[in-house]
Amino acid sequence: MISLKPDQIQPVAQNTNTNDGKIRDAKTREDSSRREFLKGSAAALALAPGMTLFAYGEAGAKPAAQAVTNKSRWGLLIDAAKFSDADVDACVKACQDENGWRDNGRPLTDAQWIRRVNLKNKKTEEKFSLPMMCQHCAEPPCVDVCPTGASFKRKDGIVLVDKHICIGCRYCMMACPYKARSFVHEHVEDQKEHAPRGIGTVESCTMCVHLVDEGKQPACVKAAPRGGMVFGDLNDKSSKLAQLIKSVATQQVRADLNLDPGVRYRNI
Amino acid sequence: MAETYRQLREYNNSFNILLVLHVVVIAIGLGAAFYMEHNGHVVTGMNNQVVWGLPHVFAIFLIVSASGALNLASASSVFSKLAYKRFARLSAILAIALLIGGLVVLLLDLGRPDRLIIAMTYYNFKSIFAWNIILYTGFITIVGIYLWTMMDKTVARFNKVAGWGAFVWRIILTTGTGSIFGFLVAREAYDAAIMAPLFISASFVYGMAFTVWVLITMCQATGHRLLTRDVSTKLRELFIIFIAAMLYFTAVQHLTNLYAAEHIGVERYILWSGSVFTWLFWVGHVFIGALLPLMILMKPDFGSSRVGLTSASILMLLGGMAHIYVIVIGGQSYPLSLFPGMEVTSTFQDGVFGTYMPTLPELLLGLAGVSIAMFIVGFALKILPFLPSPVEEDQ
Repeated sequence: MISLKPDQIQPVAQNTNTNDGKIRDAKTREDSSRREFLKGSAAALALAPGMTLFAYGEAGAKPAAQAVTNKSRWGLLIDAAKFSDADVDACVKACQDENGWRDNGRPLTDAQWIRRVNLKNKKTEEKFSLPMMCQHCAEPPCVDVCPTGASFKRKDGIVLVDKHICIGCRYCMMACPYKARSFVHEHVEDQKEHAPRGIGTVESCTMCVHLVDEGKQPACVKAAPRGGMVFGDLNDKSSKLAQLIKSVATQQVRADLNLDPGVRYRNI
Repeated sequence: MAETYRQLREYNNSFNILLVLHVVVIAIGLGAAFYMEHNGHVVTGMNNQVVWGLPHVFAIFLIVSASGALNLASASSVFSKLAYKRFARLSAILAIALLIGGLVVLLLDLGRPDRLIIAMTYYNFKSIFAWNIILYTGFITIVGIYLWTMMDKTVARFNKVAGWGAFVWRIILTTGTGSIFGFLVAREAYDAAIMAPLFISASFVYGMAFTVWVLITMCQATGHRLLTRDVSTKLRELFIIFIAAMLYFTAVQHLTNLYAAEHIGVERYILWSGSVFTWLFWVGHVFIGALLPLMILMKPDFGSSRVGLTSASILMLLGGMAHIYVIVIGGQSYPLSLFPGMEVTSTFQDGVFGTYMPTLPELLLGLAGVSIAMFIVGFALKILPFLPSPVEEDQ
């Protein structure tokens, strides 16, 4: 059983349906038993070393009414060598389907929460591609510069935008070193309940926080080729993600800025 | 004793026409803002690479100028240069008006201008942008108090303190405005502490150019002489010093960047790639905004004449717009360097120079900001004694 204390109420964040408390409460009750099940399943999976799901399992689902803690820090490891252009596009498509943003045929102004970046080494002429999105920095410049605090970092390291207090100043877009943020330039329709969007506000990858809170993996991770993306808890030394980061050569994009991104890469 | 200040009562028709013109420009600008707000920024030239466009150029230009417009008041109260005391009230009201004009543009260019109350009530104190909101409202308040001490004899004893307060505040304010760019660690065109003193030096030039422009306009509207030859000569000399200081900081900004290999790309883009920013920098900012006014001002007689000061001021203001355009748009247009040593492409304009073409509504909103400032000054001159009394001396 999950016991709730008054101080465990989760603050209103981007992906909480604040307009329909009944739906949220019902959903919480319905999900809690499933989460308990997932928790157990994940723990079981943890007994099978080498499985990607192991990386995520230990923390399990977090009840919606329970405050986020800094016990976990969610992160990703992306192996560029495992991705073809089509693989990256599949991740992009999965993110679009999950979060409801789409290509309107206006590449300059359309939002892109995740994108395919094609790279060519100038010296070796080696070509490859990789998915690029919000790097969920431990020291996020977007959070530092946001005048209202709409840009915020959860205790578990996921960087989000509170759409209720974003004034659309775009200073976070100026500050983000990864070009990870998009401004909603036009009216949006058919929004997903768990991923509210609004004209005149800024948005970016949420690491599928609604799924993470349910004990699931982000949509892009599920769509990625086997071993291409590992999602997990950077704080949990026994997780696959933490072990990989400890044992193989990984890179941080713009490591010189010392932002400690939650998203790491291999084979760039 | 002759009165030092007077309310604007006698003026020719050109002043009324000017006021009506400003009202029309403001109305059109507000309509343009509504159009952009209603349809979203998709109807502007801004995009996900160049996120701040022409309205920000106008807004920053006006805010920077607001600080500099206080020059004559500061010179009289803080540095005891009594020759400028006659212009102190006009200088202060112009400073407030320019700041309000800039803030209106900034506000109406927000994605959600309807959330002004949030911007005023939610503060992230680590954000230089949030600090700027406090600095702007504080500036209006403190310069308002300063004006009060100038105009009400019962509080005149606080004039010196208020003058110092306004002077210190304006320096901090422009430091804050420059730091909006200086604190952007990931952008190669910015990320430098020199942005703050560069903005301060630019504010001295643009703010005083606005002051002189308003004074000359009022000479025209009233048919009186408001500037003595002595003051005109002093203004000419001040302009020369301020332009030299601005050019110095501009030179240091670019030369220090050129020293660092990582910044050579952006400097090449701005200074000699042949892009629109290269032209705006050399022809707009350096030649029209600095060298040409210097050539005019270096001629003692012509430089301190009404025609000389007016033409130099207009050139400085045009050059100032080019200057801020290069900083704001040029700096964003240069792509972020995510993977040094790699050729980068994507569907999100990675690795390419960002395109931006200002649209008419953006221009109209920006011009409305200038008109708001000018209308406030014009209206204020009519209702309170801000204007210096005419001088008899021949120019």
